Amino acid sequence: MTATDTTPVDHAQRLSALPELSTEELQRYSRHLLLPEVGLEGQRRLKAGRVLLVGAGGLGSPLGLYLAAAGVGHLGLVDFDVVDVTNLQRQVLHGTRDVGRPKLDSARDRLLDINPHTDIETYDTRLTSDNALEIVREYDVVVDGTDNFPTRYLVNDACVLTGRPNVYGSIFRFEGQASVFATPDAPCYRCLFREPPPPGLVPSCAEGGVLGVLPGLIGTIQATETLKILLGIGTTLAGRLLLVDALRMQFRTLKLQRDPACPACGTRTLRELIDYEDFCGLRAVHAGPGVAEVTPAELVAWRARGDAIDLVDVREPGEWALGHLAGARHIPLGMVSSALDTFARDRTTVLYCKGGTRSAQAARLLQEGGFSNVWSLTGGILRWRTEVDPTLPNY
Amino acid sequence: MSITVHLPTMLARLAGDTNALEASGDTVGEALTDVIARFPALGPRLRDDAGKPYGFVTFYLNDEDIRFRGGFEAPIADGDEVIVVPTVAGG
Repeated sequence: MTATDTTPVDHAQRLSALPELSTEELQRYSRHLLLPEVGLEGQRRLKAGRVLLVGAGGLGSPLGLYLAAAGVGHLGLVDFDVVDVTNLQRQVLHGTRDVGRPKLDSARDRLLDINPHTDIETYDTRLTSDNALEIVREYDVVVDGTDNFPTRYLVNDACVLTGRPNVYGSIFRFEGQASVFATPDAPCYRCLFREPPPPGLVPSCAEGGVLGVLPGLIGTIQATETLKILLGIGTTLAGRLLLVDALRMQFRTLKLQRDPACPACGTRTLRELIDYEDFCGLRAVHAGPGVAEVTPAELVAWRARGDAIDLVDVREPGEWALGHLAGARHIPLGMVSSALDTFARDRTTVLYCKGGTRSAQAARLLQEGGFSNVWSLTGGILRWRTEVDPTLPNY
Repeated sequence: MSITVHLPTMLARLAGDTNALEASGDTVGEALTDVIARFPALGPRLRDDAGKPYGFVTFYLNDEDIRFRGGFEAPIADGDEVIVVPTVAGG
């Protein structure tokens, strides 16, 4: 039974279909049972509820913890990542002892410790156009706790196509956004942002940083909306966009309107899932024509034989401060266009970033500016760390 | 007309670390042109080379999406607020 596939049945029938609560559960949820808006029936609704969490990271952590604690009966978790020490500053689902473990294992242990009555289903995979509809159909509500544009558009489209509400949250540095998309009356994510930014323009949290508590703020808002949807109470963020500015501690709510031209929920010309990497321009960057790449080993050899190389770090200032390659100078990607006169045409220019995407973009900018001897370091500083200098920090 | 343009922190650093800018003009587009004249680095982050809005930055006039009020041509009145909402993907 789902939020939209429900056939009309009378109240008594629906009630009798809800799972019973044990004595232990009645005690555990007593503070909910005392709320007239929840009560015994609401708590049984939560137990019958099926919620899919896409991502068990920053947003997924408070989501998982609170939804399990609240007594949501079935939680599905999609993630393929391993707990890294850099996650612990905000991903409170995982602990220091979990570093190196799959996030799904760590999450399952923690959530079952919080509430052994919760049924946890794990999907050790990236959500893709091939598996999304099948997985999403198993759930009543989908919560978007992902960290990248392709998966956000994928989650949105899968929700629109299957009629599942998409409880959206997104964060960057000190600011967050939350909404409920794709309910029968509400616009979807594409109505708000009809297309993703070109790769590299909007830094990820891994590049630009994020205040550790921010996913806590936004994730608990998503958890609140999820519980309200399952309970059928209150007014959700459907049709509204909540903006949170933690630095100024300002909350602002804006009206969302369905875009009549939205291919997902407006014209409905989008009838199946598409290639989201392609939609987000990511394939074009990885296989970008005309950008020459140099591997760490090749760069080491060039430097060893004394080539004059202008080594340029195009990452954000915070990333540069974490550590950088010896002999490099620093020009963030956003400043490259205005710093063309600092590059010399008679020298070899090697650009690097974290993983190779932004340096490829910078290389293209230099090529457009008339520079020809320009290279992008394959795999960025992370591959350099693995292959050349392990003293550099992983981040 | 004098209005206030509210920038997210990620763009405020391109505007002298100011989140709220006073601007003048008769339309949202004119107010943005006014702001961009003072902080040119904001230009390419707010609109494309042809001066058109991007699909990944949404503008609100008070609490209404400007796309449903004429886009950059949406008229503004004294005291209005324009809120710049860029897409972010972190999670």
